[in-house]
Amino acid sequence: MTPSKALLQISGLTLHFRTRAGIVRAVDGVDLEVGENEALVILGESGCGKSSLARAILRLLPRNVAAYHGSILLDGLDLMRLDDESFRREVRWKLISMVPQAAMNAFNPVLRVGEQVIEPALNQLGMSRPEAMERARTLFRLVGIPEAFLQRYAFELSGGMRQRAAIAMALITSPRLVLLDEPTSALDVLTQANIFNKLKQIKWELGVSFILITHDIAVSSELADRVAVMYAGQIVELSDAQRFFREPLHPYSRGLLASVPRLRHRGELAFIPGRPPGLIQLPPGCRFADRCPLRFEKCAQDPPAIHREGRMVRCWLYE
Amino acid sequence: MRRWLRDLLKELRYYPSALLGGSIILIMLVLSVLVPIWIPYPEAVRLWRGGEEVWYRLPRQVPPAWVNWFRREKLAGTLIFSTRDQPSLKRSQPAGEGRRIETEFVFDYPYDTFPQELVLYIWARFREKAPFLTATWKTPDGRSLRIMELRAEGMKQGFRFAQDRRLLQRLQGVPPEEALFSVPEATPPRVLKGTYRLRVEAVTFEPDSDVDVEFVAYGQVYGWAGTDRYRRDLGVALLWGFPVAMAFGLLGSVGTTLIAMWLAAVGVWFRGWVDELIQRLVEIFSIIPFLPVLILVGTLYSRSLVVILGVAIILSVFSITIKNYRAIFLQIRELPYIEAAQAYGAGSGRIILRYLLPRVLPLVIPNLVIGVPSFVFLEASLAVLGLGDPVLPTWGKVLDEAIFSGSLLQGSYYWVLEPALLLMVAGLSFSTVGFALDRVFNPRLREI
Repeated sequence: MTPSKALLQISGLTLHFRTRAGIVRAVDGVDLEVGENEALVILGESGCGKSSLARAILRLLPRNVAAYHGSILLDGLDLMRLDDESFRREVRWKLISMVPQAAMNAFNPVLRVGEQVIEPALNQLGMSRPEAMERARTLFRLVGIPEAFLQRYAFELSGGMRQRAAIAMALITSPRLVLLDEPTSALDVLTQANIFNKLKQIKWELGVSFILITHDIAVSSELADRVAVMYAGQIVELSDAQRFFREPLHPYSRGLLASVPRLRHRGELAFIPGRPPGLIQLPPGCRFADRCPLRFEKCAQDPPAIHREGRMVRCWLYE
Repeated sequence: MRRWLRDLLKELRYYPSALLGGSIILIMLVLSVLVPIWIPYPEAVRLWRGGEEVWYRLPRQVPPAWVNWFRREKLAGTLIFSTRDQPSLKRSQPAGEGRRIETEFVFDYPYDTFPQELVLYIWARFREKAPFLTATWKTPDGRSLRIMELRAEGMKQGFRFAQDRRLLQRLQGVPPEEALFSVPEATPPRVLKGTYRLRVEAVTFEPDSDVDVEFVAYGQVYGWAGTDRYRRDLGVALLWGFPVAMAFGLLGSVGTTLIAMWLAAVGVWFRGWVDELIQRLVEIFSIIPFLPVLILVGTLYSRSLVVILGVAIILSVFSITIKNYRAIFLQIRELPYIEAAQAYGAGSGRIILRYLLPRVLPLVIPNLVIGVPSFVFLEASLAVLGLGDPVLPTWGKVLDEAIFSGSLLQGSYYWVLEPALLLMVAGLSFSTVGFALDRVFNPRLREI
């Protein structure tokens, strides 16, 4: 199933960092599409480049960038062509907003939460303060925080509340697309479920698109319309959620799904042996080859992106 | 903001010294606002620089009036009677071509010491024939003494009792301020308290000729602050010292601290050559000697308070405090919420103002308050070094003149102690408040 109408089209996006040990190929030629009012989940284990992908989309680059190219089309607008200043003014929060990874620490400790949440609206949209506050109140109701907490400081909020406040802050400017970078990583399971329910409701009510970056397969399945699996800086599988969870294609995806505990499953929990390759010295050929149970001779060559029934997989098995 | 302030005040309750210091600061600030309203700047300059004409009625170098509270023998106050202020004191009747003008000053003398000096000022208006004046002194016990007969010279003329040879002869060499007020033949001389009369008779010889007289018995005390050797009221200078000291101290401290903080934040945020430039400037400025440069500017360029303040701020902005702030900002720069702010599109200015600077305010506010006295003292030190503002009356100028007039050798302690006390009180009150604020804002300093 291809998205009805593509909102975001990424092709060949590359982001490399220069470090003392060598070039880190954190994002290495990523192609993605996100449709209107669609939730794309990007799955992957720690260090596979998921967060770097989010940064590459919002152009939040550290100082040691070695390579940054590719194309990002948002609603037909080529974001890579914009200079930094117009990108800052026109794209950040106006079109794409983000719930940062450590939303717990994403609040300025000297500002009240309300002040902080409306900052983007004041800064990017030039909204008046009362107007922005009114919108913040609406959003707080939507994410389920009592309005009184607008007057509190961040340290007075619980972790889940802070996370929801960060979501409210991401929505304050009515962007087209929200990047959620591990939004529930430090929360307990009940709070996680609660937040995913809220996100579902928000997607339904506001019609925004989400890119949800996570390593938590179980919880993400709640929200996902489509799933992208990332491994060693590349997307190895891109599929609609239903078929992905029923029948994953890539051996790595199968391993991931097998490692999720299930209620009726008996016996030991499966896991993928070995460790992901370092992003500095990538092996030639398929990057998953040396952990793959289905490895064969062809795996020594770089696998192409194979499209099949609206799904994409980067594996020689499906050629 | 209001809640923040209330919490702050609640915390400060636990530091009584800070409350005391704070109230003194408040009083000083109120005075700084009121004084320029009571005594506008041109008036202050006139009172301080106006010349003899402005302060001739004041006694020379006497302590403030309140020293009498602590003495059994009450020092004489200053008595002033003038027909210019009270024309009704004059009684005139025609005599020949002109008139005969009689004036009688009646006054009580309740003090225990003799006056400092006795002077009769005469203003006479005439064309050719000068009026003739005589004066008679009447003591409470009924004795009467002719003390003056003279021909008016026109314009203002002062008859100083102690310098009139004829009067001295008549009093057999006893100084008149003593002889006229003492009990007869008492040794040691004692003041005869009671009602005295000074009767001045003037005879004019032209129809439109007129005479005004003014009698001043200069006392041994004056006002709330005393006078200096030019007879100037020190009160004017001490009062005007408040706005000058507060303005110099607050502007200096606030200017230096805020600019230093801002420079540190700008350097840290933009990195690269901006940071390099600021850091190198700090290093260069830290080896430039502070006081000699100020003296150089004062000597060669201008001693105006504004210029000196500007140079002092520039010299102290690039001080080592920038490095302290920089160290803090380097930590803050890497915090997640700064990146979050960048993510929502905040520009550099917004990040510096709204995200970086507020984090160091708790450290800055105590420094700001503690820094005030050093600038107040700087102004005083420069004045004592002879580099004070040439026009404005300030505490430092008073101190400077006191020292160079040898006031301490002459026993005029009040002249040095008053400005010194004000300087110390100002310094102490800002310090106590600053230290308390430091404890409130800096939890690490608090006792467990």
